[in-house]
Amino acid sequence: MYKYLDELEAKSIYIIREAYNRVDPMCMLWSIGKDSTALLWLVRKAFLGRVPFPLVLLDTGMEMQEVYDFRDNLIKEWDLNCINHMCPPEEDMDQTLPPATRSAMRKTEGLKSLLREHNFKGVIAGIRRDEQGLRAKERVFSPRTIDGNWDFKDQPPEFWDQYKTEFPEGAHLRIHPILHWTELDIWRYTQRENIPCCELYFARKDKKTGKMMRYRSLGEKNITFPVESPASNIEEIIHELETTNTSERAGRSMDKETEDSFERLRAAGYM
Amino acid sequence: MSAEPAIKIVKQDKAKRKQSTGKQQLRVVIVGHVDHGKSTLIGRLLYDTDSLPEGKVEEIEAICKRRGTDVVEWSFVLDAFQAERDQAVTIDSTQIWFSTDNRDYVIIDAPGHREFLKNMISGAAAADAAILVVDGAEGVQEQTRRHAYLLHLLGLQQIAVVINKMDLVNHDTEAFENVSREVREYLGSIGVTPRFIIPISARNGDMIASRGESMGWYSGKTLIEVLDSFENAALPVSRPLRFPVQDVYRFQGKRIIVGRVESGILRKGDRLMFSPGNEEATVTSLEVWPEDDDKVEARPGEAIGITLDQRLFVERGHIGSHTKNPPMLSNVFRASIFWLSQKPLKVGNSYKIRFGSHEAMVTVQSIDKVIDTQDLADQSDKSEVKRNTVAEVTLRARDLLPIDPYSDNERLGRIVMYQGYDIAGGGVISMEGYADQRRRKAPKSENIHKVEHLLNHDVRAKRAGHRGGVFWFTGLSGSGKSTLAMAVEKALFEKGFSTYVLDGDNIRHGLNRDLGFSPKDRSENIRRIGHVAALMADAGLIVLSAFISPYRADRRRARAAAGEKYNELYLAADLDICEKRDPKGLYKKARAGEIKDFTGIDSPYEKPENPEMIIDTARQDVETCVEQIVAYIERQVALGDLSDDGKDKEQVLDYVV
Ligand SMILES: Nc1nc2c(ncn2[C@@H]2O[C@H](COP(=O)(O)OP(=O)(O)OP(=O)(O)O)[C@@H](O)[C@H]2O)c(=O)[nH]1
Ligand SMILES: [Mg+2]
Repeated sequence: MYKYLDELEAKSIYIIREAYNRVDPMCMLWSIGKDSTALLWLVRKAFLGRVPFPLVLLDTGMEMQEVYDFRDNLIKEWDLNCINHMCPPEEDMDQTLPPATRSAMRKTEGLKSLLREHNFKGVIAGIRRDEQGLRAKERVFSPRTIDGNWDFKDQPPEFWDQYKTEFPEGAHLRIHPILHWTELDIWRYTQRENIPCCELYFARKDKKTGKMMRYRSLGEKNITFPVESPASNIEEIIHELETTNTSERAGRSMDKETEDSFERLRAAGYM
Repeated sequence: MSAEPAIKIVKQDKAKRKQSTGKQQLRVVIVGHVDHGKSTLIGRLLYDTDSLPEGKVEEIEAICKRRGTDVVEWSFVLDAFQAERDQAVTIDSTQIWFSTDNRDYVIIDAPGHREFLKNMISGAAAADAAILVVDGAEGVQEQTRRHAYLLHLLGLQQIAVVINKMDLVNHDTEAFENVSREVREYLGSIGVTPRFIIPISARNGDMIASRGESMGWYSGKTLIEVLDSFENAALPVSRPLRFPVQDVYRFQGKRIIVGRVESGILRKGDRLMFSPGNEEATVTSLEVWPEDDDKVEARPGEAIGITLDQRLFVERGHIGSHTKNPPMLSNVFRASIFWLSQKPLKVGNSYKIRFGSHEAMVTVQSIDKVIDTQDLADQSDKSEVKRNTVAEVTLRARDLLPIDPYSDNERLGRIVMYQGYDIAGGGVISMEGYADQRRRKAPKSENIHKVEHLLNHDVRAKRAGHRGGVFWFTGLSGSGKSTLAMAVEKALFEKGFSTYVLDGDNIRHGLNRDLGFSPKDRSENIRRIGHVAALMADAGLIVLSAFISPYRADRRRARAAAGEKYNELYLAADLDICEKRDPKGLYKKARAGEIKDFTGIDSPYEKPENPEMIIDTARQDVETCVEQIVAYIERQVALGDLSDDGKDKEQVLDYVV
């Protein structure tokens, strides 16, 4: 089924193995969402069932309960090594940022403190180009300065599957093995491979309004909202994506606050 | 206070968004000079095919209003950085998805500004096909040429041209024709034949998804139709197996060698050899997860693991192959490169290179050509290769490297060069003039010793006023080889060049009288001609050879014989046309069964994969073809600066041993 997924999969496995060979120590951000869970599946494929580096949840304490439950189950079932890293409180964030952006900034700061604590040289993250215009311009191996900044105006060249894997002391790499996948690809793959996913993606009747609602993307309680949709299983989600074109990040408030809020976040090191 | 400006959008018939087909994707890069409308084109393509996410148009309209423009800037769909929008220029390439009824596309937007050439290459290197955008009012510009040249260097074969902003030239046919001619001429000179040239207006959506109303005079395909006419590259399954080792894992006592099959097919039970160490072992299993005992073969592109029946010393960078057809081993090779670093590449400098997973240090032995992509002239200053230029260089490594030239293996025949931490350049490998050092064959007779000539080619060339060269015309019977060779010979002769045509008549009657038309004899026929041509070229003549020479292997030998003096000219005219022409009535006879083994009818013609020049004899008249060829030959045989570095001598030696 969907033969073209084999090509995407092979490319991701190649990147993951490349990262493992070149970058040490390394960790993988696992937000428990569909993308990073599919990515986790790909990691297990790359290492024949193993996960040879720690997973990290950047925890704001604001994730939804279903997310925590899903995580705990999978850790048990797949025998995972997962670091739960607490992000600094919102009061510590740049107060000039709009509220949702500020809240998202907590993850950025959390990541910085994680890197400081564990001295990771590389961080694998499950972002995709089709999510957002800025992510579309990312590199697979993306170097970050010591303070985590993304110099997007001067990215290194990257071609023919040859990556820049060395960099000065103190800087680190973001590695993006599923950059070339789309949301639809992820769902088709999740279905084909039978990868577990959090129940929040499936539509449920909202008690107040009686409408069918589901999450397109998972984020913290205060800044992510469900969208109206009747899709209550994977087939229906795939069908919905094939036939409509609402933006995946429609339920994320920080993207909409100002024209450049996402850019400011990402330049400062947000995923 | 002025009223809020209204944003104008010229509407086209809107197609309903096509569902993703779930078939194999095609990656298309959009390139061209800065501001010629690449991003606009993509934005508009997505708009007209209803592929933008809901709310995107409103968002862009609002941004345009706030920024005070009164037309929609479709480029904002792609140009997501604030800096890009502020300066109205694309900085980095981006990728975006859309579908037609036929298939799913990944469209890659490349920046046109010279400053961001590295980003253009990062985008273009991932593509299967390219659209070159040229502003109809400005015509061909600096980056139009440079991008076209790089597409060619990157190995992109499927290229179409759009002449954009037709609204600025009143949708005029003549303006279109003029710019088309200009583009075609440049592309022709680098051996590229554009598949299509389409007049469009990206801003208004004319000839993109629908035809629009302004250019009724154009009857060709729209951009979408052109995209649908491109083909996905076939997997190199029938090429020799290459399995570069990416890593070696030790899991539960098992030693698993992981990597990606780059070409050929790897099967359980295969005997593999790992270069450059040349140790051999047999594949005992293919390792995938979840476990699958039925997994017994892996095809190009697959990332797999294998176990072997013996513990060999195998590490990252080694290249697995079958015992037959392994990669060449060489410590020296040539490469056509592009250079991206601020610090120029210099003779004598050392760089780290990578191809596949193989890494090595090489030293630049010589810079053989520095090409000005604007006029294709060979620059006289060959001491260094500056940023954003292309060149041909000879690189030497300390140890033997497992090498595949690009003409044999597109995936492994290309290198990336590093300077410090950074990727500084890249290019494709050529082994022309260099022998495989894996098996140095003993000369047939021990008594033949190479006699050192007291004169070399450079001295002879100086006397003659031009260099010698072999210009190998290849193509089907009726494609125009003899006609063109004779006409080119005459034109060159009249310009004062020493030149000679080798063709069936003067070869079959004498030197090769003993040969018939069996495959073996045909092959021998071409082998001899290749060597005669090489000798004549070394003596200083411009040799034009006009033989069908249908087999790649034969032409490769002719190329090896003449080294860098060899130029392959492919006369591209397909069978239909040649058969219609049938100047000697041979096709008719072949169809009637009166002639056996006739190329194109019951004997194959293997198209050149990497000819120096493609001449479109189907669509161009003889005069145009002759002009193109003569211009090309003149450039190749020009004296330039004759080096005294003994390069020619070394190549001859490398070949003879
Ligand atoms: N009149 C007219 N203007 C156009 C057309 N297509 C693009 N433009 C304008 O040309 C300008 C440059 O367009 P872009 O799409 O940004 O050009 P680009 O080729 O992507 O430029 P870089 O990415 O910076 O190299 C913009 O102001 C467009 O609105 C067209 O068909 N007609
Ligand atoms: Mg642009």
